Amino acid sequence: MSFLDNNLLTLILFFPVASSLVLLFLPGKEKKLIRWVALLASLVPLILSIILWLNFKTGIKGFQFEEHYVWYSAINSSYHLGIDGISLTMVLLTTLLIPIAILASFNIEENVKAYMVLFLLLETGLLGVFVSLDLLLFFVFWEIGLVPMYFLINQWGSEKGERELWGGIKVKARTYASFKFLIYTMTGSLGLLLAIQMIGVVSGTFDLPTLFASWTTLNQSLFGLPIETVKTIAFWAFTIAFALKVPVWPFHTWLPDAHTEAPTAGSMILAGVLLKLGAYGFLRLVLPLYPVESKHYAGALAFLATMSIIFGAFSAFGQRDFKRLVAYSSVNHMGFVVLGIAAAARVQGTENAVIALNGAVLQMFNHGISAAGMFFLVGVIYSRTHTRNLDDYGGLFTLVPVYGGILIFTSMGALGLPGLNGFVSEFLVVRGSWPIFSVYTAFAMVGLLFTGAYVLKGIKQVLHGPLNEKWIGHLSEISAREVIVIAPLMVIMLWIGVWPAWILNVINRAVEVLF
Amino acid sequence: MGIKTLIWLLPLPPLLAFFIIVLFTNRKKALSHTISVGAAFLSWLGSMVVFFFAVQKGAHQLGEHPFASSINWLPLADKWLKIGVMVDPLTAVGLFFVAWTVFMIFIYSIGYQNYGQPKGDHDQKGLPPHGATVIDEQGHKHKVPSIEPMYSRFFAFIGLFAFGMYTLIISDNMLTLFVGWEIMGLCSYLLIGFWYAKPSARAAMIKAFITTRVGDVFMLLGIGALYAFTKTLNFREIFFNEELLHKMATTPSGFFGLSVAGLIGILLFIGTVGKSAQFPLHVWLPDAMEGPTPVSAMIHAATMVSAGVYMVIRMFPLLSAGAQHGELTSPMMAMAFIGAFTALFAASIALAQNDIKRVLAFSTISQLGYMIAALGIGAYVAAIFHLLTHAFFKALLFLGSGSVIHGMEHGIYHVDEDIDPQNMFNMGGLRKKMPITFWTFLAGGLALSGFPIITAGFWSKDEILADAFSNGHWMVFGTLAFAALLTAFYTMRQITLTFLGKPKTRAAGHAQETHWTMTLPLVVLAIFAIGFGWVGIPEQFPLIGGLIPNWLHDFVITTLPHHLGEVGFNWAPLLTSLVVALGGLFLGWYVYKDVPAGAEDPLKKPMGFVYKVLQNKYYFDELYDIIFIKPAIWFSETVSYLWMDRKIIDGILHFIARIAFQLGTIFRDWFDVPVVNGFGDFVGESTKKIGKSLRVVQTGRVQQYMLIALVITVATLFYYLFSVFTP
Repeated sequence: MSFLDNNLLTLILFFPVASSLVLLFLPGKEKKLIRWVALLASLVPLILSIILWLNFKTGIKGFQFEEHYVWYSAINSSYHLGIDGISLTMVLLTTLLIPIAILASFNIEENVKAYMVLFLLLETGLLGVFVSLDLLLFFVFWEIGLVPMYFLINQWGSEKGERELWGGIKVKARTYASFKFLIYTMTGSLGLLLAIQMIGVVSGTFDLPTLFASWTTLNQSLFGLPIETVKTIAFWAFTIAFALKVPVWPFHTWLPDAHTEAPTAGSMILAGVLLKLGAYGFLRLVLPLYPVESKHYAGALAFLATMSIIFGAFSAFGQRDFKRLVAYSSVNHMGFVVLGIAAAARVQGTENAVIALNGAVLQMFNHGISAAGMFFLVGVIYSRTHTRNLDDYGGLFTLVPVYGGILIFTSMGALGLPGLNGFVSEFLVVRGSWPIFSVYTAFAMVGLLFTGAYVLKGIKQVLHGPLNEKWIGHLSEISAREVIVIAPLMVIMLWIGVWPAWILNVINRAVEVLF
Repeated sequence: MGIKTLIWLLPLPPLLAFFIIVLFTNRKKALSHTISVGAAFLSWLGSMVVFFFAVQKGAHQLGEHPFASSINWLPLADKWLKIGVMVDPLTAVGLFFVAWTVFMIFIYSIGYQNYGQPKGDHDQKGLPPHGATVIDEQGHKHKVPSIEPMYSRFFAFIGLFAFGMYTLIISDNMLTLFVGWEIMGLCSYLLIGFWYAKPSARAAMIKAFITTRVGDVFMLLGIGALYAFTKTLNFREIFFNEELLHKMATTPSGFFGLSVAGLIGILLFIGTVGKSAQFPLHVWLPDAMEGPTPVSAMIHAATMVSAGVYMVIRMFPLLSAGAQHGELTSPMMAMAFIGAFTALFAASIALAQNDIKRVLAFSTISQLGYMIAALGIGAYVAAIFHLLTHAFFKALLFLGSGSVIHGMEHGIYHVDEDIDPQNMFNMGGLRKKMPITFWTFLAGGLALSGFPIITAGFWSKDEILADAFSNGHWMVFGTLAFAALLTAFYTMRQITLTFLGKPKTRAAGHAQETHWTMTLPLVVLAIFAIGFGWVGIPEQFPLIGGLIPNWLHDFVITTLPHHLGEVGFNWAPLLTSLVVALGGLFLGWYVYKDVPAGAEDPLKKPMGFVYKVLQNKYYFDELYDIIFIKPAIWFSETVSYLWMDRKIIDGILHFIARIAFQLGTIFRDWFDVPVVNGFGDFVGESTKKIGKSLRVVQTGRVQQYMLIALVITVATLFYYLFSVFTP
């Protein structure tokens, strides 16, 4: 067991890649086999992360399950993995959502092998970001995750739709969306890479725990630039990269495009995990490395967060496309994450900060669960009706009562109904940020009100009202496989809503010692 | 089993019933209602036991040491946020009324949803049943009511609702109270839109949810603020901490010159404004009548809307923190004003409504306004008293109206007449056809009007008026007294139109008394509507005062840290309340006693324009549509999405992309093609030539390749080992 104990993170991290190599050697025509192998392969990291979760000790300060090997000794970068409560939560979220997303993609028929290989590759990329304790490694994984997602949107995205660029030039919607997604993230990556290089050169190491200890008090110049300037540049580079990824208003417009055009499982992972990378970056790098700067600019961040909350909700409410409505809800929900982070940055180390961060991290997890569920449910109805236009549905509750019940349940989780998961985290964010940003928190309530409005709009247009008769006989009830996909998400939504202590215990200890 | 365990268990049976029905028994109607009603019975039984123990423990004992138990729920920093249950005197009486009304309404629902009737001819899920045709032994065809197609679903939903209400009542903290509060909100939404295929029901369900959510988000802020300031959400830890309350009342909040206590109080009160449908968030409750009548009775009369009032009663020590010498705090002033205004405003609208349920809906809004106003002027016990009596008599009235509608529907099927079964101007003379419904409805109506001495409503309403009078709140007193006059008037209008006189339609002539599952709850609730007032007769009331001790006052007052005294007796408010009740009843009867079939409301002509305004509810729906709903939709679709995201933000992005694209084109045409490609072609051509000369090695024979590979491997290995072992 000691090998397993010592290398658990590596195993979780590289198992998906290893199994994707196996997949490569399977014959492409055996679709069923490929699907099942991919699913089983993705279950292994899930089981391992549950073992990880059970063996994680909440009382300990610092990182656990650390692995430290020489990797790139010439520039002092090492293969350094480790987790604390925040990363553990995100690892669990990722390893949980990937098998669910793979099971949800069992109806993919085109090029199944490439699809599954990309998906497993994606998993490694995402997990790598959460477990890296070395800046360069962090960056490598940050970029790796981008590539599979680009192809998933670009190749398996929605068939229909066009976007007009300028002067009448039109491109396929999925081409547009995938390109926008890629360029946007790359823009952030540029600064991120620059900042990481600067830090590496100034401090002589990329190792995060070492940096946490030394960076804030570091006093050295880089090519004649004073350390203050270096820090400011690096701070902004980080902030922009992560703000684009979250995304924070007004950098959010790639999100509705990418989420809408991606295949169902792609949207699930985009909303479920990819958006969390940005927020995780704030928590892991920006707050600990730049306590002074983040405190100084916390107000601005809170402002942008509030704008995300409000305008995300408004824009969601203004949609006629069901999937785009759900996509915009992510802008709205991630706004609460950022609001919590901003509040915590302003009053680091206080009880309010801890509560706000608890809320932010839990909201990351919760949004991952409920957004994945919502996108999946949109996919279920789309795969049957081949329309996403809300005006084309109507009164479907009569035809698909089970689906209807599940949709209402999941929507209520997204809406933040007490008793389900979203409420706990939103409440904590509101509680944590009220004493610090009272006015912003109050304005965020406008967003919360319209969260209700758009969620109900979705239910109203799809399920309620007079039955649109053209679907009679053309709409089958949600299948057993699809119920198996959504059921674990529903259980978790209820579980966290009723008894959040199991997960907050882990988060709480981690955010207490974050600064 | 200890009493504390029992309290924890109270909300669970209906919740279990919900899950069992949804997951397993949703196709079995009889089993579903048995489970649901059985669960309501268990909760009722448990509540009665708890109530009994609470009373037995004695007011002072219970006030000082309520039954309480809590557990750690959320780890936050180095503390836990605890949640728990508590039964103090207020909870005990709350449990009493909730248990009774909920249980009765569950039983009633069996009959109301036509259990035992055949399946409808053309009934569809999502629409109310339209009746079934049966052929009797003589071969005659009859149309009879048909069973609700989503029968089991209904019982599941009301189970979930009951869970929410019990949770709210037994909570010892603001957080679980809010959980129950919102779960009820969800159930209210689901049940208003129970017949979801009707566009009107669909609109009403959303209206209800969103309007109450306006209040809820303020309330959430209030809870957050309360928690931030006090570090706890436990009621008793806040209310019994003199120092803390004082600090809250004296610390400025920085908003509108309010103290922290004032700000939190007002935020929480806005939650009540939404939930209890007070002006200006009252608009959802009348539309909520789209739901099945048991729902109107339970959610929109007896329990959920009362929960709004219950919450402010619960928070009274906070709302009144800093009140000295009869001076009202800001939240109390807000409550007194909004409550009194709503009481009168809604009562006036009720005058001109013809739908039997809508009259009751406005009446509910008005009566809730009474309670809020009472609390606003500090009449704590009177507010609780009216909350209790109102729950009983209003549930009774709603159930009675449902029974009337059913009876009417029966008549409509019988004579095949196409009329609205809910319009009171189609009724008349039902007292003979439906005697049980009539007598019980009369009891409820008289209680609502405050008919002296014998009805519960009289005692509670009188106490509010007496309190307002003796503390010198003349405006509140005057407004409420006038509203009481209107109340008696529209109640008698309703009774006269519905039950008295002659049938106005053939259907009304063929109406029939309803099933015992519906009439039994009516009788039980009627007993409370009459008798429940006796628990709170003021000690100093002439003649009968003191015969029965004023149990309610002595009991619930111990909930507060500082006990308030009873107000002294005064003839003026008593006479006022006698005059308005009896006067209103008489006028209502006098105006409507001889309305002939097909006639308009006799007040329509003389009141003219005013009547039209009242009938249209002062045009608030239209007004809100213009100033809130339409702009919100326009802002979302056009400003937020189209202009901001698509035009401006994406426009800027596209502009940048376009520049990059054009730069790229320039580079390609002026640099790439002539320079790079020129060079590239040169390189390419050279490579080709080299390739040609190397082609000889490419024989295509695997053995040869293997050989070359082997040679290279061995050479490399050799070189490697050599370099390693050479010092």
